[in-house]
Amino acid sequence: MFDFSIWTNWIDQFLRTNLPEFWALAIEFVVVGVIILALYCIIALALIYFERKICAFFQCRLGPNRVGPYGIFQSVADMLKMLIKEIIPINHTDKFLFYLAPFFVLIASILAFGAIPWGNGLQILDFNIGIFYILSVSSLGVIGILLAGWASNNKYSMIGAMRSGAQLISYELSAGLALMTIVVLSGSMQLSTMIEGQKDCWYLFQGHIPAVIAFIIYLIAGHAETNRGPFDLPEAESELAAGYHTEYSGLQFGFFYLAEYLNMFIIASIAATVFLGGWMPFHVTGLDGFNAVMDYIPSVIWFFGKVVFLMMLSLWVRWTFPRLRIDHLLDLEWKYLLPINMVNLLVMVIVVIYGWYF
Amino acid sequence: MAEQIIFYVLAIVIVVFSILSVSSKRILRSATYLLFVLLATAGLYLLMGYQFLFGVQISVYAGGIMVLYIFSILLTSHAGDKAKSVSWKRLLLAGIAAIAGLAVCGHIIFHNVYKVVEAVAAEPTMQEIGKAMMGTEKNQYLLPFEAISVLLLACIIGGIMIARKR
Repeated sequence: MFDFSIWTNWIDQFLRTNLPEFWALAIEFVVVGVIILALYCIIALALIYFERKICAFFQCRLGPNRVGPYGIFQSVADMLKMLIKEIIPINHTDKFLFYLAPFFVLIASILAFGAIPWGNGLQILDFNIGIFYILSVSSLGVIGILLAGWASNNKYSMIGAMRSGAQLISYELSAGLALMTIVVLSGSMQLSTMIEGQKDCWYLFQGHIPAVIAFIIYLIAGHAETNRGPFDLPEAESELAAGYHTEYSGLQFGFFYLAEYLNMFIIASIAATVFLGGWMPFHVTGLDGFNAVMDYIPSVIWFFGKVVFLMMLSLWVRWTFPRLRIDHLLDLEWKYLLPINMVNLLVMVIVVIYGWYF
Repeated sequence: MAEQIIFYVLAIVIVVFSILSVSSKRILRSATYLLFVLLATAGLYLLMGYQFLFGVQISVYAGGIMVLYIFSILLTSHAGDKAKSVSWKRLLLAGIAAIAGLAVCGHIIFHNVYKVVEAVAAEPTMQEIGKAMMGTEKNQYLLPFEAISVLLLACIIGGIMIARKR
């Protein structure tokens, strides 16, 4: 496996030998920040195209096919349209909170985005508390949604925000507990250590039954956290116009839109990292020739392959199931997922104590 | 130097938004300013290298308690609501009480801070925190201790309820 940290260390050494430490650090901060923001936007554009095409195929349509070959520049054109649209000010609202709310949603998802391991040696934030960091910063997004709904001074936005708040807070519990199940198995919260621990066998197979249950629960809870169908009742257009972002226009709506797509990506990449080994290739103990062939595929391709696979699952679910009602949604979480999850955590602890894992 | 610049930025944010959160007339704005104070405090923890404390600060205060505050404000007040302005006598009294509190707390912190700094020199790893929570040796037993504190809180609330019923 090619270790990308050779390149990054070389750049770091080069800057430190030629510049005083303060300026070397300042340049690195700026460069890393620009890379994160650029990746964020590019991935969002790619995801929008991907989703529109896939959902067109699900509905036996062609999807975007006018701008560029197979419509691949459609989302770039949409981005330009979004950038030059007017931001319409609304009367009788709390202006400060109204303009602040989209930033909360966006910043929460950028912060979580920064901790994703992209490939061997390509990780920006590698904290000791890895997974806990991602869970805690992504909980900030709820505040942005609640503020957006309240500051719009509109009953549809308000109801959308309340629904969304209830939904996000409930499903965060399940997502967190499902990840904790795997933390019990790996004995670490640091993402790089967790990926290293999946060298011989991914955690999904290492932890067999409890890990598979945790994986399914995490996919359901993560899907609900991104506010997408069948859990899209905060923005159910038949009842609530567009939910909490009804009053937003132009780039402010764009922020919500970006954050929604990137949250889908972040959920998929956390699931890929924790359950499917992140950038770690598929290895089978004993088959050394097979493992060596798998190592030739670059780590970044492994990571993106797994993420795209999980996002395909997410889109498939989105276009397969009808929207839930709010009481059914909360029942699903509190009466089914959470108890199953707690029992599952205990099962995993027993499995780890008696060493019944691979 | 970079650390000092970040420290001063965070300190200014904490001071300014603390004052704004008690002086704002709109309750949801106060809650938002308080949220900024909590986030900047989390930033200070990160600056000191206490990553676990940073995560807990964000998820418990910003993600948990502030969401609870905002939810309760959303359910109880209207968009146009404003607090009544307070008479200058009460402002003066509140100011004196605040300065007295600051003086007492500042005195205690200033004379005791060095003892605490020696006690927690390096950041504990996740494994150490877990052992401190669940272990049964000296300086451990944290989780049972917390459970007892919750029990005590329930007892206090129950006691108040029984006393009020009469």
